[in-house]
Amino acid sequence: MRVMVREGLFTDPDPDTDPAPALLGSRCTNCGNVLFPRVDACTYCATEDPEPVDLSGPGTLWAWTAVTAPPPGYRGEVPFGVGVVELPEGVRVIGRLTESDPAALATGQPMELRIVTLHRDDDGNDVVTYAFGPPSASAPS
Amino acid sequence: MTGVAVTGVGMHPFGRFDGVSTTDMGVAAVRAALREAGVGKGGFQAAFCGTAYGGVATGHKVLSRLGMTGMPIVDVEAGCASGSAALMLAAAAIRAGQYDTVVVFGTEKMPKGIIRSSFFEPWQEEAGLASTPAFFGLRAQRLCQTSGITKDHLARVVVKNRRHGAANPDAMYQKETTVEEVLASRVVCEPLHLFMMCSPNEGAAALVLRRTDLVTSPSSPAPVTLAAAVLRSHIPGSVLSESTPLSGLVHDDAPAPTTLSATAAYEEAGLGPADLHVVECQDTDAARELGSCEELGLCEPGGSAALLSSGATHLGGRLPVNPSGGLLSKGEPLGASALGQVVELVRQLRGECGPRQVEGARVALSHTVGRGANAGVVILTR
Repeated sequence: MRVMVREGLFTDPDPDTDPAPALLGSRCTNCGNVLFPRVDACTYCATEDPEPVDLSGPGTLWAWTAVTAPPPGYRGEVPFGVGVVELPEGVRVIGRLTESDPAALATGQPMELRIVTLHRDDDGNDVVTYAFGPPSASAPS
Repeated sequence: MTGVAVTGVGMHPFGRFDGVSTTDMGVAAVRAALREAGVGKGGFQAAFCGTAYGGVATGHKVLSRLGMTGMPIVDVEAGCASGSAALMLAAAAIRAGQYDTVVVFGTEKMPKGIIRSSFFEPWQEEAGLASTPAFFGLRAQRLCQTSGITKDHLARVVVKNRRHGAANPDAMYQKETTVEEVLASRVVCEPLHLFMMCSPNEGAAALVLRRTDLVTSPSSPAPVTLAAAVLRSHIPGSVLSESTPLSGLVHDDAPAPTTLSATAAYEEAGLGPADLHVVECQDTDAARELGSCEELGLCEPGGSAALLSSGATHLGGRLPVNPSGGLLSKGEPLGASALGQVVELVRQLRGECGPRQVEGARVALSHTVGRGANAGVVILTR
């Protein structure tokens, strides 16, 4: 069974029947800024009850690195990529990258949203999270 | 406005000290500062203790061991800037006329390895998105792109600071290194190699602050004036801000927390970057020192590589940066690191630093920034 690393961050549709996954964000009804994850009040202008917005990309790569040693609380494999992707809604989002070799990446290259498996938990569930990857790569999960 | 003087400083060296507790290190630093200031039991009316990992009532444990309690003792947590926050509160209380004399100290015993921060939610840890070195790497990569910084520049920051640190008996690493050695150390998070990152560690630092008009003259050692002690948090917008958000804006023009703090500190002191003689700034990684130079206004935006290459920030240069060796040499005990910078600068302004002395230094700035975001800037004069 697949379980999300945290509910409410992203959608995890069946790739055979549904459209691409999306990040669950917010758009402020006052200043118009887009936020991720979803918030109760706008981080920028404090206006409450922003409207929900789905962010499905694709975007472009803005910054990236790779983690070579397991950080605290992490049970998956290393190395893995971490980066920042600019989405068309004017928001930059931090996430894992499916590419763990920094030399294989370049500023401005297109990046698609993916749902990837982190590890199998103690109950035998595959724990999944959002990630970004180049369009040419096959979805890892 | 009432002036604030630093009349005593004390340090427990930064490093790894098995069998020495957080309290032990705090006691050593506070005792040394009190002795320098000539202050004993009953001689101060409040104490502020910076610590992030010390646990409940860290400050009380230290002062209890010294037999000096009864006054308010406040523990202050502000991440890497915990000491800056403690200092800001202490200075403000003296300026307001609340107290004449206040003890400010920080003490810390960091867990070994990559810092586990309660700042992150469990899912961020599980997803691998709670890696502090990764955030350092991402910021470093952006700075390299916007400021024309190369790995060679990053290595030369390390070489500079380790050369300075070789003359600091309170530093964890007192051995010089080379560009080749830095670049041969393993990559932790591109573009940062292991030697380009500071080590979380252990240590303590303490200051005694006193109303300037109550400082007896001539006193020994000569008092140093605390011209500004400012703490600021972040304005949102930057995805790579020290506030460590998961998103930011493509059109991000908010000033960095360090710039907010520095601007306020320069105004409070009535001084500017051109007036400075010596700087201790946040160099948790080599790129952070270069970014700090830009955000503090020590050079134009994008000018930090040229500033480094000019030799200005080396000992003997126009504006030495991190003559103590910085966190790259000393390591980073969160609650103590900011006050450790201030102790170094007080000693620099007194002319006590021997082979790492910045000749003729009369105006000094310290800077700390970290998660929260918290950015502290302190300006000292003599």
